[in-house]
Amino acid sequence: MNEGLLIDIIIGISIASVPLIFAAIGELLVERSGVLNLGVEGMMIVGALLGFVVQFHTGNPFLAVLAALLGGMAIASIFAFLTQFLLTNQVATGLALTLFGLGFSAFVGRGYTEETIQLITSVHIPILSDIPYVGPLLFSYNPLVYLAFFMVYLVWWFLFKTKQGLVLRAIGDNHDAAHAIGHKVIRYRVMAILFGGAMAGIGGAFLSLVQVPIWGEDMTAGRGWIALGLVVFSSWQPFRIIFGAILFGGITILQLHAQGFDIRISAQYLSMLPYLATIIILVSLRMRLKNKTNRTVPNCLGRIFHSTT
Amino acid sequence: MIRLIPRVENSTAMILLSPLLALTLTAISAYLIFVSILVDIEVSSVFYTLFVEPLTDSYYLSELLVKAAPLMIIALGLSIGFRAGVWNIGAEGQYVIGGIAGSAVGLYFYDVEGFWIIPLMALAGILGGMFYAGIAAFLKTRYQVNEILVTLMLTYVAVLFLSAMLQGPLRNPSGFNFPESRLFHDSALLPIIWEGTRLHIGLVVAIILSLIAWFGIKKHIFGMQIKISGSAPRAAKFAGFNDNKTVWYSLLISGGLAGLAGLFEAAGPAGQLTPGLPQFYGFTAIIVAFLARLHPIGVLFSSLLIALSYVGGENVQIDYDLPKSITQIFQGMLLFYFLACDILIKYKVVLFKTI
Repeated sequence: MNEGLLIDIIIGISIASVPLIFAAIGELLVERSGVLNLGVEGMMIVGALLGFVVQFHTGNPFLAVLAALLGGMAIASIFAFLTQFLLTNQVATGLALTLFGLGFSAFVGRGYTEETIQLITSVHIPILSDIPYVGPLLFSYNPLVYLAFFMVYLVWWFLFKTKQGLVLRAIGDNHDAAHAIGHKVIRYRVMAILFGGAMAGIGGAFLSLVQVPIWGEDMTAGRGWIALGLVVFSSWQPFRIIFGAILFGGITILQLHAQGFDIRISAQYLSMLPYLATIIILVSLRMRLKNKTNRTVPNCLGRIFHSTT
Repeated sequence: MIRLIPRVENSTAMILLSPLLALTLTAISAYLIFVSILVDIEVSSVFYTLFVEPLTDSYYLSELLVKAAPLMIIALGLSIGFRAGVWNIGAEGQYVIGGIAGSAVGLYFYDVEGFWIIPLMALAGILGGMFYAGIAAFLKTRYQVNEILVTLMLTYVAVLFLSAMLQGPLRNPSGFNFPESRLFHDSALLPIIWEGTRLHIGLVVAIILSLIAWFGIKKHIFGMQIKISGSAPRAAKFAGFNDNKTVWYSLLISGGLAGLAGLFEAAGPAGQLTPGLPQFYGFTAIIVAFLARLHPIGVLFSSLLIALSYVGGENVQIDYDLPKSITQIFQGMLLFYFLACDILIKYKVVLFKTI
């Protein structure tokens, strides 16, 4: 194995992990506020579609990413309205969101399945990008890759270094108490849900704008669900999202390379690996925690809040 | 300003009215969406093709029942689990594994005839689905791993496994390398109950199963147990109901039924194992279960409604060259509105001025 291939693999892993980082960090904030949104897959696919469509028509990557972000927020707002104002069951509503998102994007995107677009190009930072090894590994990614890692830091900073972050965590742990001392439970939760939608939208757009220049109705292939698994894996700690996402990115890339190396296992069995790995990792996390309850789970996760006062 | 005041008792009128309201709102929204997207097509005729045409013709009607049967069977199992708060979201995977297991038995006895082949295949389908859901039950009870994620991940694995099987052991040896099994022998095909159509015995089984489920939930202690575990987990614990048992039963029942539905699909309309086996029934059945308010008899009706949108969606695809996803939009919206309208049952909506 030569160095060029190794660098390619490492870059490939980073690229593969970015959509998961975006989607998972958004969902992490949502769950920290006490809301379980199972619609991540649906919000991602809508982001993937809108990003692609806008890039196709305008050729402006900034507008494309913005469209994906707004699209994710728009569809998340349905979830926010139903669960926060009409007090619907979050599991059922999240599932409906995923089913609706998949159907909606397949329907709207039906005319785009034959098209291709210009991928968003990577940055080239003078001098830094030209350093051997370090340059390609650290300084020549797509801007969105840096944004993903920055968002993880931002969410961590918000949750643990700001007053609003403290309030949001308090709401996630005990919405009745937070409400009693005057915090706006619904307002915080709606904001969190919209943020989660925006992040899932960008994560989806990364698939169609950076990874492959095409649009397909099944292109998220369960990444939204894997992102949900990542949040559990992270024990709701932002930086662990990066670790988990790189692990999944690694499995995805190794699996692709293994198929290229003509290993005598059917491609289907190799393609199962990311999904099986999700399960195995969740199990191993539990084995490590033994029978202790996971104390970082937001206490009010998935519970309906309604105040009569 | 609008406020929600909890009702002392659930409103009986609203239990009946809210589904109708949800249907009306869905129809209006679907109309508006189609009008804004489909520029050059008459929307009202699309609507006719979607919802009325399937009811006007005996062939379409039989197809509607063909599609309702698997939805009914899967949704029955899911509604039992959902009541208990056990979220088996991967019925699609159990359906596929059941289909593979049952078909494998049918193909093994390829040159044998006998009335016992179909029951044996059905049994294999049920066991396949139970085994697959059992993995989630094991991980949930032993390691507290979330069953939603496990069943979903296993669904992706199941679809890949189907593809591997059809390119490997179960491929038709004289099928020019197409990833399909042999056509099932007559003894391995489900009996047809409506001559000249594809309507098979599965529908009868589905109806019998929902009656059994209805009595089961009403009369059997397990019915009580799942009801209480879902609505009042603490009370269930005090009553000595075992959480783990509920998880196991819920997943085994829903998995087994999904597996049976998968086998029925392979040995019924398809007549062989093909990559087209997964039809999204496992996911759609979640909607069916909720529309039925998780009630076995409700499932009979809601599966017919959703099957109507399946048949209508196929007709729209043929007549107007629109994608099948039009069905999913409709189903997703229906579930949104249905969940939203249910608030009227538990709460009174009051308008009053802000002070």
